[in-house]
Amino acid sequence: MRAFAALIDRLIYTRSRNIKLQLIADYLRETPDPDRGWALAGLTDALDFPAVKSAMVRKLAMTRIDEELLRLSRQFVGDTSETVALLWEPRTSKPVVAEAADASISISAAVDQLTATTRASAPQVMEQLLDSLDVNERYALLKLALGGMRIGVSARLAKQAFANAFDVSIDDVEELWHALKPPYAELFAWAEGRAEKPDLSTTPFFRPFMLAHPLEEKIVDLAEHVAEWKWDGIRVQVAHDKDANGKAETRIYSRGGEEISRSFPEILAAFDQHAVIDGELLVRGDAQGGAERNDSAASFNALQQRLGRKTVSKKMLEEAPAFIRIYDLLALNGEDLRPLPWSKRRAKLEKFIPQLPGSHFDISQLIDAADFGALGELRDGARDSAIEGVMLKRRDSPYVSGRKTGLWYKWKRDPLVADCVMMYAQRGNGRRASFYSDYTFGCWTDDGELHPVGKAYSGFTDEELKMLDRFVRQNTTNRFGPVREVEKQLVLEVAFDSIHESKRHKSGLAMRFPRISRIRTDKPAEEADMIRTLQAMVT
Amino acid sequence: MANKQHWIQPHPEGIYVAPADLWIDPAKAVDHAVITHGHADHARSGHGAVSATPDTLAIMALRYGVDEEAPTSAAFAHGDGFEKGGVKFSFHPAGHVLGSSQILMEHAGERVVVTGDYKRRPDPTCAAFEVVPCDIFVTEATFGLPVFRHPPTREEIAKLIDTVEAHPDRCVLVGAYALGKAQRVIGELREMGWDKRIYLHGALMKMCDLYKARGVDLGELCAVGDTPKEDMAGHIILCPPSALNDRWSRRLPAPITAMASGWMRVRQRARQRNVELPLIISDHADWDELTQTIQDVDPSETWITHGSEDGLLRWCELNQRKGRALRLIGRVEEEGE
Repeated sequence: MRAFAALIDRLIYTRSRNIKLQLIADYLRETPDPDRGWALAGLTDALDFPAVKSAMVRKLAMTRIDEELLRLSRQFVGDTSETVALLWEPRTSKPVVAEAADASISISAAVDQLTATTRASAPQVMEQLLDSLDVNERYALLKLALGGMRIGVSARLAKQAFANAFDVSIDDVEELWHALKPPYAELFAWAEGRAEKPDLSTTPFFRPFMLAHPLEEKIVDLAEHVAEWKWDGIRVQVAHDKDANGKAETRIYSRGGEEISRSFPEILAAFDQHAVIDGELLVRGDAQGGAERNDSAASFNALQQRLGRKTVSKKMLEEAPAFIRIYDLLALNGEDLRPLPWSKRRAKLEKFIPQLPGSHFDISQLIDAADFGALGELRDGARDSAIEGVMLKRRDSPYVSGRKTGLWYKWKRDPLVADCVMMYAQRGNGRRASFYSDYTFGCWTDDGELHPVGKAYSGFTDEELKMLDRFVRQNTTNRFGPVREVEKQLVLEVAFDSIHESKRHKSGLAMRFPRISRIRTDKPAEEADMIRTLQAMVT
Repeated sequence: MANKQHWIQPHPEGIYVAPADLWIDPAKAVDHAVITHGHADHARSGHGAVSATPDTLAIMALRYGVDEEAPTSAAFAHGDGFEKGGVKFSFHPAGHVLGSSQILMEHAGERVVVTGDYKRRPDPTCAAFEVVPCDIFVTEATFGLPVFRHPPTREEIAKLIDTVEAHPDRCVLVGAYALGKAQRVIGELREMGWDKRIYLHGALMKMCDLYKARGVDLGELCAVGDTPKEDMAGHIILCPPSALNDRWSRRLPAPITAMASGWMRVRQRARQRNVELPLIISDHADWDELTQTIQDVDPSETWITHGSEDGLLRWCELNQRKGRALRLIGRVEEEGE
């Protein structure tokens, strides 16, 4: 437990992605099985001990500390695991061997005990474990047991670290990941060249997504490429497979390879075909797809309330019903279709789609355009709906992971722009920690007041950042903790993909993907845009 | 014991000693102030007369330009004191920073001790805390919650040395409060055998010079000033916490940011400050020291001035000790440590 505790402590305080990758990779190489596998599961939040819950831990802590002191401490620290780790007083003083690296209990021993425990015996097991550990190890143990590490390590980062550690392909790791269970002994054995690649033929594993390059100034030939709308939801993969006993399982994966099945029970229930699809997850509404059809989708905003939930209320299912608009078919009846050209996969998809219930699945229609110019006109005409733009896919492209040049392009609509006035600034993180690099900007109300409409921290060059930073420092009028209010005089041209109504901001508006496109030192603040102008752009 | 009847009267702006008509650590300018130590939240400028230790007066003189030789100010060594209005005052070491004192007051057969800020662990830069038996013990409670248990100082200093040695092409920038913490970190480093030159942000120079002039050995110190970047690689650099993420740090060779503070015990606090290397080094008593001190002093009443009063008050209750929270204003929680 000691080495793992040291690892998570270092990860907590490390901001650099590269150093995080290196720390995790070093740990994975240096730690024996099965400890490293459990650690990896802990980092990716893949562990669950039904008998161990934070209410139980709090109750246990009260056997050592007064309830009121625990409550005050918890309030101050803001995290149950850390509070209990800090104030736990071991009943017996630590054995003298504590200096030795292997003195503390191993992760696997702790995991075994927590797995074997029942609700009745859990407090006693946890008590003994806590008594045998020092303060940092207690923190590691409680985080492992209760989940929710919140240490700035995504599952994707952990997988990348694994790939780096053993010099294997991240795509292979992604594919194998969800098929295997902690502590991933087969995964390590394969990565270290000690065993064959595990057989995935019966598991609904994750296939890394095929992604697109921005089209930029290029023109493509529509004889070679097919065009379809780029819907504004989240890209998902639904995989369904049967094990040797015929027991079926369906999983939904996000673009990053995180399993999000639990957030969308209606999709899980509706997908009963032995297949793997790639599509856009949307909720029903009338912002995308045109009002003339009855299968249109709501804006991204409406989808957002469905994301990241472990349980979904009935009300939510009724108010924001989800469905998937399918782009591609990756596997059917156990056959991997990814090597086939797009046109063949599309033909199979069109034949396959009637087998899925139309209530939860439809197919992303191809755009019928005579030539590239006509397509451009269609793309620009899509402004009134919340469609992000157009996708262009080579008709002969196999489905390959990542961004491969020349196969798929995304042709986003030209962004909307507005001239806004900088109102507040905040420092960035990491390399930018000494720069004021996050800006809140506003537009004018009819009464001549500035109301914030968004926040951006990208789109400028390093030189421009220095200039913006200098402006903030020289024009600060007020400070609220880390936030500086500035003289309302600098106009920023802000580009954004779309704008929506939102209760979160005083202006009642929220931008999607706002970024600074130009610094308009030439423009007086009074001539910046009106809120009214932005309201007219709402989709 | 009701507030009004007692001769020691806590007010939001400080502690008023009625028979002597003077204040201890007042937050406003008064005619006569007794000052426990030189931190800005205890020692303010503008008082008529000041009674304090020679070191505290020197620190106030440096900070406020007050003439320590002024006829209205009086310096008392630890163990010494004065009498006014029938109250006998004396100064006793508090172990917090150079010159820091507890104030013992004896009047009408009653002994009252005001601790100011204090700690119990050894500090190479100031005199160690002394247990002064009393009837009413007026204590601080900055870390008055059981989550605050400072690890051994040597472990934290060893972390600092290990880090700088592991990155010979970088530097470690330690945020430390200008009075007390900076000199303590330097002193502890020297005790652990770190004899390389230590670089300082300009704002720390004067106070370190004052410590040296008053007999505290800090080894070789040098202002960062215009030192070329590469010369500072492999070195420890100290700055005030506010400079940690400031433009100033851009002149340093790839600094690893550290912060020396008791608040570093809580991970999210350290993260909020963008700290990469938290060093749990405090000049305040931790939970064990606070509760042990109350037991050592064994007063009949404990009054709690500032910090996590509720936590320490609860401990008094659980241990059947009479306790009372004074809720003084203006005590800085974060930076003033």
